[in-house]
This record gives sequence, structure tokens and C-alpha cells, in this order.
Amino acid sequence: MVLKMLLIIAFDELKTDYKNPIDQCNTLNPTVEKVKKIKRVKIALKLVLPEYLIHFFFCVMFFCAAEWLTLCLNLPLLAYHVWRYMSRPVMSCPGLYDPTTIMNADILAYCQKEGWCKLAFYLLSFFYYLYGYVFIFTP
Amino acid sequence: MSAPGSTNPSSSGSYSQSSTPNGGAAPPRQNGPAQTYPSMYASTGYYGPPPHQQSYPTIPAHSTSVPNKTSITNSAQSANYYENNHQQQHHVYSQQPFQQQQQHPPYATPGSYYGQQPYHGVPTTVQHPQQQQNPSLVPAPAVGPGAPLYPIVSYPSVPGSGQYGTLSPSQSTSTPGVMPIQMSAPLHQYNSSQPTSTPPVHPGYGGAPPSQMVPTVNGQGTTAHQHYDPSHQAPQSYDSYGRVTHSTGGPAADRPPSGTPSTSVHSSPGHHQGIYEIQIFKFQCLTLNVSPSFSLPYSGGETSSSTTGSASPLPNSYDSLEGGSYPDSMPPSNDMTNQAQSYSSYGYHTMQPAYRQGPASRSDSSPSHDLYGQPSYQQYSQPFPDLSQLSAALGGLSGVPELEVEALRPVNLLQERNLLPPRPLEAPEPNLSADLRKVNCSPQTFRCTLTSVPQTQALLNKARLPLGLLLHPFRDLQQLPVITSNTIVRCRSCRTYINPFVTFLDQRRWKCNLCYRVNDVPDEFMYNPVTRSYGEPHKRPEVQNATVEFIASSDYMLRPPQPAVYLFVLDVSHNAVEAGYLKYLCDSILENLDKLPGDTRTRIGFLTFDSTIHFYNLQEGLSQPQMLVVSDIDDVFIPSHDSLMVNLKESKELVKDLLTSLPAMFSQSRETHSALGPALQAAFKLMSPTGGRVTVFLTQLPTLGAGMLQSREDPNQRSSSKGVQHLGPATDFYKKLALDCSGQQIGVDLFLLSSQYADLTSLACMSKYSAGSIFYYPSFHHLHNPAQLEKFQRDLGRYLTRKIGFEAVMRIRCTKGLSIHTFHGNFFVRSTDLLSLANVNPDSAFAVQMSIEDSLADSSLACFQAALLYTSNKGKRRIRVHTLCLPVVNQLSDVYAGADVQAITCLLANMAIDRSISSSLSDARDALVNAVVDLVSAYKSNVSSLQQSGLVVPASMRLFPLYILALLKQRALRTGTSTRLDERVFAMCEFKTQPLQQLMRMVHPDLYRLDNMSDQGALHLNDTVVPQPPLLHLSAERVSRDGAFLMDCGNVFYLWIGKCCNEMFIRDVLGCPNYASIPPNMNHIPELETPLSERVRAFLDWLQDNRAFSSTIHVVRDDASAKSTFFLHLVEDRTDSASSYSEFLQHIQQQMSK
Repeated sequence: MVLKMLLIIAFDELKTDYKNPIDQCNTLNPTVEKVKKIKRVKIALKLVLPEYLIHFFFCVMFFCAAEWLTLCLNLPLLAYHVWRYMSRPVMSCPGLYDPTTIMNADILAYCQKEGWCKLAFYLLSFFYYLYGYVFIFTP
Repeated sequence: MSAPGSTNPSSSGSYSQSSTPNGGAAPPRQNGPAQTYPSMYASTGYYGPPPHQQSYPTIPAHSTSVPNKTSITNSAQSANYYENNHQQQHHVYSQQPFQQQQQHPPYATPGSYYGQQPYHGVPTTVQHPQQQQNPSLVPAPAVGPGAPLYPIVSYPSVPGSGQYGTLSPSQSTSTPGVMPIQMSAPLHQYNSSQPTSTPPVHPGYGGAPPSQMVPTVNGQGTTAHQHYDPSHQAPQSYDSYGRVTHSTGGPAADRPPSGTPSTSVHSSPGHHQGIYEIQIFKFQCLTLNVSPSFSLPYSGGETSSSTTGSASPLPNSYDSLEGGSYPDSMPPSNDMTNQAQSYSSYGYHTMQPAYRQGPASRSDSSPSHDLYGQPSYQQYSQPFPDLSQLSAALGGLSGVPELEVEALRPVNLLQERNLLPPRPLEAPEPNLSADLRKVNCSPQTFRCTLTSVPQTQALLNKARLPLGLLLHPFRDLQQLPVITSNTIVRCRSCRTYINPFVTFLDQRRWKCNLCYRVNDVPDEFMYNPVTRSYGEPHKRPEVQNATVEFIASSDYMLRPPQPAVYLFVLDVSHNAVEAGYLKYLCDSILENLDKLPGDTRTRIGFLTFDSTIHFYNLQEGLSQPQMLVVSDIDDVFIPSHDSLMVNLKESKELVKDLLTSLPAMFSQSRETHSALGPALQAAFKLMSPTGGRVTVFLTQLPTLGAGMLQSREDPNQRSSSKGVQHLGPATDFYKKLALDCSGQQIGVDLFLLSSQYADLTSLACMSKYSAGSIFYYPSFHHLHNPAQLEKFQRDLGRYLTRKIGFEAVMRIRCTKGLSIHTFHGNFFVRSTDLLSLANVNPDSAFAVQMSIEDSLADSSLACFQAALLYTSNKGKRRIRVHTLCLPVVNQLSDVYAGADVQAITCLLANMAIDRSISSSLSDARDALVNAVVDLVSAYKSNVSSLQQSGLVVPASMRLFPLYILALLKQRALRTGTSTRLDERVFAMCEFKTQPLQQLMRMVHPDLYRLDNMSDQGALHLNDTVVPQPPLLHLSAERVSRDGAFLMDCGNVFYLWIGKCCNEMFIRDVLGCPNYASIPPNMNHIPELETPLSERVRAFLDWLQDNRAFSSTIHVVRDDASAKSTFFLHLVEDRTDSASSYSEFLQHIQQQMSK
């Protein structure tokens, strides 16, 4: 259990790290930094699948550990990930985003919003896990 | 090309290398860009080893021809800079790309993103074992094109980096004393401030008084415009200049014919329309009668490119200095032995038309040069200040109140039934001062949905109209100023090209109209090549024309400009042989072989495929073409590297041989499979070293190898109204291929001649993302379908000979606060404002959706600039720049007054297509209906003060519901009617790429009655009378049995002959004795000598005039089955599945009351 928690913390931090560079760009000057932002989004494209897998892995572990409440909290996101992956554009390779449409302002805005929301969720769950971790160790 | 794959040069190394050639031959000025170039490589590291270095030394040589004719101060200054400052300068340059790094990432990332995909990474080693099948094969060298691809995939960022990373030398070396001061002068004072600042121009520059140049510039404008571009707005203004020229130039006794007032030019409607304000000047109303046979200094697109192509090799530096636009006006016979001569010939020639009435050949004008020399200029010098003061004074008055009031007149759609104007709708005039309007970009090239840009996004949302641009950037232009200069003057922060809408704060500084930065005017720009005088930068052609073309220097290239390379990929399976296209295609290519755009470097190749792939060795020296068959389609390789793409000039006989024998070669083919995917892979490998154009002819669904497709269409579902499936591609093979092609500057054009379902949805991707074009000939058969065959032949004729630009990119910049939302068209979007176009052709258009990010309150003008950087077929790097300027308004009523209903319809069509692909067709249709509902309710609640019942819209938008209804009945978007999936998808592709005029004719055809045409309002062009019958509503009630009606659907004309049609018309026009004897499949109008026939043909020719692809004509009899296609286009009527116009309006009203 403890080990699991440690793992979770590590991964969660990792994930928040991953997400950060994309979102930082929101605060930057839009005209000059816009392209940089897009580039980073593209880098992040490759991180999407690992993120989904890790999240799925956690859910499985929560399931094994019978952490029902945590699992319930994570299920909506899992469902969203599954939906997102099913409705991705036609592609022969794993991946979620299409380079020909990513420049569309709507899609770009959507991806960013998604990134922000997920960041918030991961942060919250990070603190929740931390709380669980501390709770277990304190007598 | 032989540059070794060395690693990136260190900046210092390349620097010294570059400086050597410069020190020798090139003027020292060139060193600025020279440094930039290699240092960019070093600092970015994106561009691999390709042959840039080699290219680099060659380029200064070319620019050496651009002479040191500029000021002495300039060269001295830059020399100085070179010697002393280069160390420091070097720093500056290497930083530059960093600050403006935007371009690089988008180039590199897509490449790397896709570069990971393993599919084209055919290991070259594997190639060898496969060659045993073909004894004639040359063993492929180990340096196959597959393996070393990855490092190069970097989307050769030829232009982008060039555009950004380079600073023009004189800009960077400009005098430090000129500080960029932010002036608070608002932009709209442009009119008044500019002319006032003109008179006290530094007299110290150059020998000639500044005002000399005026007449010349405008004189040129006059000559070019008068006859050839009647719809252009600008001519009138030029006219006025021309008049000025005349009135003062009068005293010169040796030009007797000059003063003849003639009105012939005014016969075109565009001119009348343009007159409004200029008339106020009332300068001696002399109109110029340029004889139509006079060869203009600016000629058509084709010629203009050949112009410079031929001009560039000339060692004569004045071509380039003069702006390159006018070399055509130089009499070829006229030896330019000294400078003075050539100059006077320039100035003189451009004015010539003003003085001549009859057809003037160039040669006879040359001897008279000495007569009109320098002195005559000075006589023209006075009027300009007057004119500018006048126009400046008038600038404030030009509110165009009448136009606005008319556009805002509320129209109750339920009551008014006659909405159509008598003549096809023109683009609305932006509400600008006359000064700006006369230089604004032609609406045919650049059009905005709202000619008055709303100030804020909130206002835009309130108006419920889309904001966007419709662009036709590479259109064949009748006149185009081409400018060659060492420095292309651009804003230092946003890299906008200098344009007519910038503000000159004083002699040495100009303020960018997009980002408002104050820039220095480089020394070279002070010099006006047209009049060779100093000190009037605002009279340069760049600042006088909204559409200009620059000859770009080496800064704008990453590799030497590629030659024109054409590869034809032909389907020779059994199905193709059955359809019989091969013979006609080969004939057409043979016929146009000499007209293929290109120069001596042009290369050509052929590749055919069925279940195997056949290459053709056309190496010079062979006695006959040699066919190489590669049957391993899973792992395609190129059997021979040098001999498959051959120089057209050297191997012309072999190519001809091949084309003559090709149709017979496969006539016995039994092979039914088609391996399109592997053939495309082979084409990609063949072309990737150079880039170019791949033309694919396909007759059936690809069934073998990579990219094979299945039939997805269920014929029973064709007419279901539930929704259309399979609008998205089945595989991303074609898209990935297209992106790779785009990265290697290969454009793929598709000709689909299929009678069966061929999954155009998936196939179209190969053209969509590589900026190609798509042609579709449903049910093509050389015997059974003569109409399609004729269309195919006509299209081919145009396709093979039309202009083409290679390795192009287009960037669209707009005033700070506006941003680009979405692009529509065929291209790959490389960054938010940059389109990558492997090929650009003159027939494709683009649409751009815009959004307003920040309020535009601090400026009264919004500007849009589209810059298209391309390599011409003569191997010249060119930049075509279009700038559009529009007023910013803060009132909703002004927004409506400036709404351009045609542009809005086209943009909505594009958006609807996107929607139907991403969501569903019914969604898209609902969105279109909602657009109308939204507009009507927004207008009702916000603007219309009258409490009228019914559907009230502003007059400017009165056709909007009609157009939307027409859109809903289009093949692309209709439901309920049986529509084959391929035809629907093709219609969608056309919506995305057709220019506005053409699209509007397809959506809402023009209907005319031909049998009772009167001469009222007829045009008199040259010697022919072109009648102008009024437009009719597209409703069966307007079509009567006793008439003959012409419907102009853009790419096809229908001439419908009623049962009781006047026999005289049938006899005189169709050459048939009576109605019954009209043949059922009549596809042409015979050339009869009767006046009626002549008139009809004159009218048809006039309609055809501005079209790229000539339209076919179908004579439709009332009782023929073809009649249904005619009636299908009557969009106001009810059909089985779609409502009539009045029903549609009622539906809208119901929706509103909900």
C-alpha cells in the first residue's frame, strides 16, 4: 500500500511536470509565443498515450487495493480517456492529434482547456493521495 | 547539388566562406544577407546538410547584376559597415533568428512527428535482392532515397526562415540617429499627412525634382488598367492622374494625338462604378484610348513571369533597378547602349499610351525617344500637389453616405420578390477615402466578408456574421508590377512588406500599418527607379500598388530554386484501358509539351501502374524509351536514379516516342488490379530530391498494396435523408503521404476518371494536404460519354499550360488585434499564419476565418496582407504581396452596411463542409439555416427600428437566404436526392478550392433569356456588341416555353430551348430548321453569320472571358431527359426533397418565433 502510494506520488508529479510547459504558455505573450506554444503542444502529443496508460494503471491498482472511493473519483476521467481515444481521427499509428487540424483555433483552444482541467485534477488527486499517505503513516 | 553532406557549418566558417565571393564581385551591400544566411544555419541547426552552401555562392552572383546604381552614400555606408562592424553585426544576426524563432519550430516538428512513422523508411539495403526480376535494371546505388530521409524531412523552411531571419542590410545599418519614435498620429490621417509632408522633400537627393516621378508612375497605371481590367476599382483614379498628365502635358507640340477625348474605355461597367469621387477633381476630362492591340508593359501573368525570366539574364542592371516590371515595355530592338537612353525609354514608354491612339508597335516608338526626354517630365510636375491636396481634403468627406443608406435599407423578404440585381452582383466598396480605395487590392484577389470590420469581438458576435477573408492569391493577373531591389522593405518587428497603407512619418521613417512600429526607410528605397529620383519613398511602386511582386534574393531561399519537374502517374489497368483516357491524355501532353511552364531545366517523367509499377527510362541517347517493371509493390524501390526524370529539352524525342506508343502499349492489358499506393510511394521517392508536381490519373479504387481501399458506399443509402456516412477518410495513408510530399515540396494533383465508386474521400487527402488540385470525371468513357471527354480535354489543356509556382508558402498577416482562426483550402498549415503549398496554381483559392482578439479601437483601419513566396517556373524566387485595407467601425449598422453577401456565403459554405465532415451533414445544414435565422433576429433586435412584421434584413444581405437555400440544394450538402458519395465529396472539395466568382456561379447560377435580347445597356468591346440581358430569378415561373434561356453554372452552360421557342432563334443561332430537329446531344453553338448568332456568341464569349477553365455548353431541349438537370438548378423551386424559397422563408420565420 505504501509502496503504491509512493509510486503514485512519483507519477503524479511526473505528470504535472509534463503538463506544465504547455500551460505555462498561456500566460506568455500571444503574438510571439503562440508558435512556441503550438510546438510544445506537439511535443506533448507524444505524452498523451503514456499519460492515458499510467492513469489506467492506477485505476487497476486502486481496483486491486479495493480503494473504491479513489477509484470512483478516477473513473470519469478514465471513461473520458477511452472516449477520447475512440473518437480520434483516422490514423494508422497510435496517437491522438492530427497535425493537419491541430492549427485550427477551436481544436487548439480545446486541447489547452483540456490540459488545464487535467492539471487541476491531477493536482487535487496528488494532494488527496498525499493525504492518504500521511494518514496511513501517522498512528 | 553535389554539396557533400557535411555537418552544419560553424558560423564563422561559413561567414568567411561567404565573404569571399562578395568581396570580389558583389557589391559590398550584399554582405549583410550573406552573413545572415549561414549564421542562421548554425544557430538553428534545423537544416541538415543539403546543398545550401553550394547554392549560396551562386546567388550573390545573380544579385551582382543588381547594380551599384543606388546612391553612393549607400554603398559607402554599407562598405563601411562591412569593414568595421561585421563582428558586431554578426552577433546581431545570429540573435535575430532566435528572437523570431517562430518559423523554425513548426517546420521541424511536423517533419519529425511524421518522420517517426516507419512506413516510408524503406531500408535501402533491402532493395538489392529484389532486382533479379529485371535484368535491365541498374543496381540501385546504396544511397537510396529512403534511408537518409529522416534528417532532411525538416520541411525545408525555405521561405519562412528567409523571411524572418534576414534583415535587410540597409535596415540594420541605418543611421543610428533615426530613433523609432512612436508617433501618436492616428492612421487615418494618412491622407492628409502624407501629401503635406511631400512638398518639403529633401531636395538634396538626386538630381531630379521629386515631383517628376508622379506622372510616370501614374501614367503606367493608366496604360495598364484602362482596357484590361474593367472591374478593377483602381482605374478611375489612375484615370484622373492620366488626365492630369494630359492637361499639363498639353503644350508639348509634338504629340498631336494626345488630347483626343474618347470614351471607349468607359464602356465597361466597372469604370462607371468607379467614378464617384474622382469625378470631383474634374481635371480636363480626357480619357485615354489605348488601343487594345497595344502590347502593354504589364502583361498577363504568364508574360510577366517570362518577362523577368528573360530580363534577369541581361547584365543590364537597370532592369532590376527599375523594378523589373517594365522590361517588357522596352523595345527589344532598342539596344540600350547607355543608361540615359534606357531610362528615357522607360519613362517614355510608360507614358506612351497616353499619347497614342492607334495601335502602336513598340519598334516604331523607339526612334522618338529623344523627343520626349527628360524635359517633358518637368511639365507634369505641377499638378500633383494639387491633386494630393484635393484628395486629402476630400478624404474626410468620403463617407459614401448614399451607398451606405442603400445597403442598410430594410428589405422585407416576404414582400419583395424581385431581389436580384439586373447584373451579377459586384463586391461592395469598402467605405474608405478615395485615396485608399484607389490603391486597395482587387476584390477578385482579396475579399473580406465584412468590408467594415467590427471593432470588437462582441460587436462581431452581435452581428451574427462570420468574419473572414477569401483569397485568390495566385490568380492570373492582367497587370502586375514586378519589383527587383536589393532590399525588400519590411517592418522589422512583424515583417510586413511595405504597402500602400503604411504611413510615412517623414522622409526617413515609416510606420507599419499592422503592428504600428516605426521603421526606417532604407537608403535604397529613397530612390525611385521609375523616375530615377531621390527623396520620395512614397512614390515607389510598392507604395502605389496593393498587389506587387518582388523578385526575392537569396535570403528567401534555402536551396537553389528548383526547376519545374513534372511526373505523370498513369493508371493502365484494364479499367483504364476500357475508359480510354490514355490516348487523349497522351495527345494532350504531346500537344502541350512545348507549352509546359518551365525553362531549360524542366524535367519530366512518366510512371504507369496496374498491379505492378512501370518506370520509363528516357535517358538521352537511348534509341527508344525503356520500360522498367517493378513488381514488388510491398517494398517499392527506384530502379534507376538519373534516367527516370529527364530533362525535357534533351530527351524530347524520347518523350514524344513514349507518348505516342503508350496508349497502344497497354491496349491488351488484362490486369484489373490497381496498386496506387505503391505507385505514389515510388513517385514520392522519385521526386523527393527536387520537388515538383505529380499528376495522378486514376480510374478505379486502389486494390493492391499500401493504401488499398474498400468500397464503402451503399448505393441504397444515397438518397437517405438520415445522414451521409463515410465523409471522412478510410485510411490516413494518403494524408501521411501528402504530408511527406508537402515536406519535400511535391504537389500531388489527382484526376479521377472513375465510373464506379473510388472512395474519393480518402484519395482526395493526397491533394488536400499537398496543395494539389482535384479533378473528377464521373462515368468517364471515351465513347459513351463525349461530354465528359470534351471537358477532360479542355481541362487538360488548361491544366498543362497554366502557370505554376513551386515550393511556395503563404503567410497572412493582419492588423494587431485580429487573428486567424481557421484556414480553408488545399494546403498544410505549418503555423498559425503560415500555409505550406508545395505547388501553387492560379485556379485555387483559399478562405480564412478570422477572429478579433483585441479591440481595434485604436485604429480606424484594419489591414490584411497575404504574401506568397514561390519559385516561378523559370526558377526565380518571387514574392507576391496583396494588401487589403478596410475601415473599422463601431456601429452595428455600419457592419451590416458593409456586409458582402457573396463572400459570407462562400465562407459559410466552407465552414459547413468542415462541419459536415467533423460532425454530420444534417448538423451542417442546420447550422446554415441557423445562420439565416440568427442574422434576421439579430438585425431585428438591434438595428431595425421599424416594427415591421415579416423577415426584415438589410438590403446588403437581401440575397442571403436565397444563397443559403441554394447552398442547401448543392450536391455537396443536399439530402434526400440521390447523390453519389464521390460526387458529393468532389463538390465539397470544389467548395474549398474554387475562387469566389466561380463558386457563386455554381451555387447560384446566372439565368438569362437569350431570344429577346435588346441592345439596351450593351457593352461595346472592340468591335463587337455584347448584349447584357438582365438576370432572372432561378424559378420555373421565369422560364417560359416560348423562350430560350441560358444558365451559367460556372463550369457548364445550359441553353434551354422551350417547346414554342421562336423558330428564328433556333434557325439563326442553332442552325436547325425547327425545334424538332435539334439534336439531343448538342454541345456547341455553330458559328453562323446571322446577327443574332453573333450576338449570342459574343455574349457567351464575354461570359467565358475571365474563366480559367472554359465551360462546356449543353443545348437542352424541353422534352429531353437532360431537362431535369436544368431544372435541378432552379433553386427557388420546390423539389421532391427540398423546399421552395417561400417555404424556406416561412421556415425561417417559424424558427425565429420559437
